[in-house]
Amino acid sequence: MMDFLNAIIVLFNFTVIPALAYGSQLALGAIFVTLIYAVLRFANFATGDMMSFGTMFAVILTYYFQSLGFGLGVLPTALLTIPFAILMMILYMLIIDKFVFSYYRIKKSPPVQFAMVSVGVMFVTQALIRIIIGPSDRRFLDGEKFIIKATEFKEMTGLAEGITLKSTQAITIIVTLIVVSIMFWFLNKTKTGTSMRAYSDNEDLALLSGIDPKRVVLITWVIAGILATIGGVLYGLDKSYRPFVYFNNMLPIFAAAIVGGIGNPFGAFLGGYVIAFAEIFVTYAYKRFISYLLPEHLEPDSLLQLLSTDYKFAVSFSILVIVLLIRPSGIFKGKVI
Amino acid sequence: MRNYKNVIAAYSIMIFLIILVGIFQSWSIALTILNYCLISAVMTIGANIQWGYAGLINFGIMGYTALGGLAVVLVSVEPVKKAWQVGGLNILACIWIIVAIIFVVKFILNRFDKSKLRNYSVASVILGGIILLRVIAAPGIEAIESVDPAKTGFLGGMGLPVLFSWIVGALLAGSLAFVIGKIALGLRADYLAIATLLIAEIIVSIIKHEEWLARGVKNVIGLKRPAPYEIDLQTSEWFINLVTKFNSSKLNLINSISDKQEALNQMVIDASSVYVKLCFTGLFLTVVIILLIVTQKALYSPWGRKMRAIRDNEEAASAMGKNIVKEHLLIFILGSAIVGLAGAMMVTNDGLFTPGSYRPMRYTFVIWVMVIVGGTGNNFGAILGGFVVWFLWVEAAPIALFLINLFTSHLPETNAVRVHLIESAPYFRFLVIGIGLLLIMRYRPQGIIPEKIIKQ
Repeated sequence: MMDFLNAIIVLFNFTVIPALAYGSQLALGAIFVTLIYAVLRFANFATGDMMSFGTMFAVILTYYFQSLGFGLGVLPTALLTIPFAILMMILYMLIIDKFVFSYYRIKKSPPVQFAMVSVGVMFVTQALIRIIIGPSDRRFLDGEKFIIKATEFKEMTGLAEGITLKSTQAITIIVTLIVVSIMFWFLNKTKTGTSMRAYSDNEDLALLSGIDPKRVVLITWVIAGILATIGGVLYGLDKSYRPFVYFNNMLPIFAAAIVGGIGNPFGAFLGGYVIAFAEIFVTYAYKRFISYLLPEHLEPDSLLQLLSTDYKFAVSFSILVIVLLIRPSGIFKGKVI
Repeated sequence: MRNYKNVIAAYSIMIFLIILVGIFQSWSIALTILNYCLISAVMTIGANIQWGYAGLINFGIMGYTALGGLAVVLVSVEPVKKAWQVGGLNILACIWIIVAIIFVVKFILNRFDKSKLRNYSVASVILGGIILLRVIAAPGIEAIESVDPAKTGFLGGMGLPVLFSWIVGALLAGSLAFVIGKIALGLRADYLAIATLLIAEIIVSIIKHEEWLARGVKNVIGLKRPAPYEIDLQTSEWFINLVTKFNSSKLNLINSISDKQEALNQMVIDASSVYVKLCFTGLFLTVVIILLIVTQKALYSPWGRKMRAIRDNEEAASAMGKNIVKEHLLIFILGSAIVGLAGAMMVTNDGLFTPGSYRPMRYTFVIWVMVIVGGTGNNFGAILGGFVVWFLWVEAAPIALFLINLFTSHLPETNAVRVHLIESAPYFRFLVIGIGLLLIMRYRPQGIIPEKIIKQ
């Protein structure tokens, strides 16, 4: 019985908790992608860099607040800076929309052209980030690092294996749940949310029934700014802030959005976790887990790893390719917002 | 005739700019830029075939470039005999197993009707195959990677002349494109873009992490060259005589013999690097010109008209009896093969293969910017795009540095803003490229040299 509990705890500690945290970060990004796709109708290749842009303000403000002596005690100061960072992010997005995207929207350009324009935005955003803050690695986490430490857990329960819960992981999961539930409530229950869904379903009919397209676009960018900044800051707190990594994160985020059915926010939310769990489960070495379950003389020699961790990204991309081939609309039927 | 004047003017300006670099910086730098411009031009021809002729959006250029580079290693490096002895058998067995898996899966797919049972059996065959592969490959890979890991630790290549690898690079990239095209070409435009972007990422991560294949992130250096080595030139009689002849007026001005000898030595060193680069320029120029002639002929042939018809209206072309799926696959393979060729050319030019340096920014998106800025559907435009964008990509940093110094010259040397700006000068290239792309997309969406349709 003890061995079984130990095995479960090993699995929980090394796969479930990290996957939940990583999945939440991906989920926020994936909802951002999917919202832009549903309402503005293009694949936004600047996703990763927009998230990075919002995080950059949070990092700078965190340093500023720290120098002033502000803080939240045990919680990271970055949480205090998120609202300001979101404001800057939304401002930037609206400026980009006004000078870049709105022209093509009015012209009703094909989605491919939009995608290329977003590549241009990606270049500009990346340049701005590197000019403002530089490409180096930055840590901006302060406050308490752990909620539960492995040693404390072992003492508490008397088991051989411990659970480590980093405060950033707990914050990530809690904040994601709050943000996502507010967003779903907004999309499904409020009048503005309904008008957004109507606009996404059928633009012409929505215009006919008196929905103001400008307002819908504005609200979309506001929500997108909130999601992008929070997702980016949570990722930066959990790992560290490096502009280059954010660009790479765009790929699993796209995978999550498509796996969940692009245009479907709830699908994107779950897609984030699907991708995260798949990445971690496939690349996890099960040796320790199995050795608790099997009798001693049967202990395996190898690491029992399906794929080495080098192929972490490759796993999510393979899932995406398989989903695209078998069910291009995604696991949860896309395009319904 | 007016159209040709535009083209000639644009290219003259470009050549003039490169000559300016030669005068102000150095001829060696100018030739490096020119060589990379030519390689970029080959890539843009490939991308232009796919996007301009057929409207296929391929964000996987990085993957084909890397594969072309891999071909150089696999073809030109001398084989590592010891590695073959210890682990070659396992690797060969694995290749046969992969082939067997493919055939079994194909057999199951053809033989049985669509059902849950079929899906499960295909999945179990693949999964079982992967486990079998890992069991067989693991000892072989470990043995190969432990053979002199500082220098080799991989199987090596075939030891053939390096120029042969350019063809192999194209073939490899083309066959990969065949597989990917079979899988992904049915997708909608923006899905295809994302799928190809991700597949390219998978290819690069395989090349990076399979060290038995091409040393992965440990890089392969000192690859063969189709041109003479600088060090050989510096010691050969005819080359020194040539340099003396070219610079005789300058040398005559120097009186003392030791000074003269020193000046000559310096000139020989400079001239040898210029000479090697000129050799590469000649090779690359030949490739670009051949490709240009072939693609121009193809564009205005019945086949090119068919492709444009498919691009502009798939349904109408399909109603006329054109096989769209087949044509798309063909053009996907052709374009990718050309990109693979460019990848092989680039690695040959560098003389080293660094899988870690393949990033989507540099090898996919910049190439796309080249095609769009130059002019989609027009080969002259695409090549010009390659030149212009690569030139900006390289020269943006020095120009930005110059401008920053100009505008902040009234500030003291230690001013924080000034120091920060000077440090971030290299990143202005992203800004220049991004804003350039946005401006072109907005005000001249057909590119600098637009596509022109000759009415026949």
